[in-house]
Amino acid sequence: MNGARHPMPARDPAERIKSFEEVALGYSREIAREEAARCLNCKNAPCIKGCPVGVRIPDFIAKVKADDLDAAAEILHADNNLPAICGRVCPQEKQCEGMCVRAKAGGAVAIGALERYVADIALGKQYAKNETSRISDRSETSQDVKNADSSGKIIKVAAIGSGPASLSCAADLARQGVWVTVYEALHKAGGVLMYGIPEFRLPKDIVFKEIEQLKALGVSIVANVVIGKTLFIDELLEENDAVFIGSGAGLPSFLGVEGENLSGVYSANEYLTRVNLMGAYRSGAVTPVLRGKKVVVVGAGNVAMDSARTARRLGAEVRLVYRRSRAEMPAREEEIAHAEEEGVIFDLLVNPVKIMGDENGFVSGIRLQKMRLGEPDASGRRSPVPIEGSEYDIEADEVIVALGTTPNPLIKNSMPSLEVGRKGVIVVDGEGRTSVPRVYAGGDAATGAATVILAMGAGKRAAKAILEDLKVR
Amino acid sequence: MSGDIKNYAILSKRRLAANVCEFKIYAPLVAKHCKAGQFLILRVSEDGERVPFTICDYSREEGSICVLVQEVGYTTAMMSRLSEGDALQDVVGPLGNPTDLSKYKHICLVGGGIGSAVIYPQAKQLIKDGKAADIIVGARNKSLLMYEEEFKACAKGAYFVTDDGSNGNKGTVVDMLSRLIADGNEYDCVFAVGPLGMMKAVSKFTEPYGIPTVVSMNSLMVDGTGMCGCCRLTVGGKIKYACVDGPEFDGHAVDFDEAMSRSRMYKGQEEEHLCRLRGEI
Repeated sequence: MNGARHPMPARDPAERIKSFEEVALGYSREIAREEAARCLNCKNAPCIKGCPVGVRIPDFIAKVKADDLDAAAEILHADNNLPAICGRVCPQEKQCEGMCVRAKAGGAVAIGALERYVADIALGKQYAKNETSRISDRSETSQDVKNADSSGKIIKVAAIGSGPASLSCAADLARQGVWVTVYEALHKAGGVLMYGIPEFRLPKDIVFKEIEQLKALGVSIVANVVIGKTLFIDELLEENDAVFIGSGAGLPSFLGVEGENLSGVYSANEYLTRVNLMGAYRSGAVTPVLRGKKVVVVGAGNVAMDSARTARRLGAEVRLVYRRSRAEMPAREEEIAHAEEEGVIFDLLVNPVKIMGDENGFVSGIRLQKMRLGEPDASGRRSPVPIEGSEYDIEADEVIVALGTTPNPLIKNSMPSLEVGRKGVIVVDGEGRTSVPRVYAGGDAATGAATVILAMGAGKRAAKAILEDLKVR
Repeated sequence: MSGDIKNYAILSKRRLAANVCEFKIYAPLVAKHCKAGQFLILRVSEDGERVPFTICDYSREEGSICVLVQEVGYTTAMMSRLSEGDALQDVVGPLGNPTDLSKYKHICLVGGGIGSAVIYPQAKQLIKDGKAADIIVGARNKSLLMYEEEFKACAKGAYFVTDDGSNGNKGTVVDMLSRLIADGNEYDCVFAVGPLGMMKAVSKFTEPYGIPTVVSMNSLMVDGTGMCGCCRLTVGGKIKYACVDGPEFDGHAVDFDEAMSRSRMYKGQEEEHLCRLRGEI
């Protein structure tokens, strides 16, 4: 009953770097029940306070303990629209598990692993059910959207982007009978869940099935539409009662050093999109990706870890360079551990100052400058200070820059009345209302680059505000 | 309204030159707002790559757009195997910014090879605006020249040159431009679209004359919305994205050598694919 936290079973590092199959294998029924039994069912439930969407964690865990997985799934779904995804990608150690009182008694209860366990089983069941009674996917012309108007009473909302913010917003609205159309710029729905997070961390089949669940709720997904280019928000407002902007933080940041446009320098966005969305890791894939032998990844967030681990799987020796120390790395603890296990070399307290190229314009090396930690900066982390004269060169034939992203300016540029703040982040109130009536926003588009779960929380709040403002219910 | 037509269906296909076909595609959402100078991204099949093409014509009534496809790589080879009645997997657009030549009066349009696809809608627009342009079109040989009749119909003067002289007018587009300027033509803008080397040569030529020169950059792209940074280039010492900042830039400020180098990034992998397509490996 007491005992230590059950580690997440994982594929062997030597094996897993040869494939893109999921690393974390998930709990068995026995382990799940044993782990669930470790929950003390605290009256004040500090874990719930750590959850951005307020999942009733002790309640669902109690149902796992009682082996009533349908009830457990129902509790999860009441607050979390994408639990199979969150169980895999949430930074639990900074959220629910970070608040768990068992942290000092054998380790925090593995809430994320239990969430995944419950959600995967529920997803399998629901998906099988929906297969037989599938609501047909509407096609992609504006006429279809108009046809839906015939009943007159339907409340309609358009969501821009099909990542976690929009999907979560859409699900909450659809459950209240709102007709939601989600517009996606790429050819596949899912946003960062599809193009950003690799298969070995979040299988695309899971994302696909979660999206199918939304379609079963009546949400329509229209691919290949760039809002601000193909259609404009003003047009969406003519056809809909409200518009939710969940377009994410698309624009990659670069280093701003010499040699950054050499062939072989990628933004993490491009590298991961080529591999994940376009399937460039498969042999015979049409979309190419360079397969460097010595890859340098710049940055230490989840996206940097994803890039480094992807490059390992494509056969490279990978060095991850970061200008601060291990303690300041923003990635999830599990991702850092997995990257290390897979042989990613961490070069800490160094910063790239130049990328060198060969006579054909391809990357041949990178110049690094050593750093030391100074005073804490605005983020509370100790800021790196360059050490003069400490530069040194290392060999590299590919550089992947994972330094974060800022919101895509396409929407802002096409709608000048939409107020934006620093770095182009859309200004919203606490409930997601923008400066334009009937237009709401949430997720990275309104916060700058953050996490899947924060985007989902913002989507939920905006859905609530939309329902209140439109007086649905 | 043609509700029965499948999205992205090929409405017609017409051969314009030895290795160039014009495809008219049903894509009403793209046709709805597109303007001259913008592009689209398409995929030929479910596992296909995303490739940008300039929109060379459109009909809002018909819900159609036209692209010119020159067989140069795997995707364009796959596409050239399609015909009327087939459909593409995906089409998204319009992307990029429309061309704006409104502040110029005496314009010379220069098209090299497939670049004619970009200057043709401009030529039509300019004649509508009452400022018909001189047009220079260049190609390697006569069989690769296209739109000759169309250009003649909408130009002040239309000049066709070939590298090998097979059309009776040997020379490059720069030779022709040089001759026109020597003959006393005064241009306040040169709009050049074609292979990188040709745009570089035109820009280099016009720089000493101080003639503003606009070029259209055909970088490699993935998403085409500013998300990946694949299409970045250096313009005036700053990083710009062809997809959201362009595709048109000041030819005198573009780092063409870097752009040429980046355009060769996947040459090896592309060759392998073409060989596979031809059944050679």
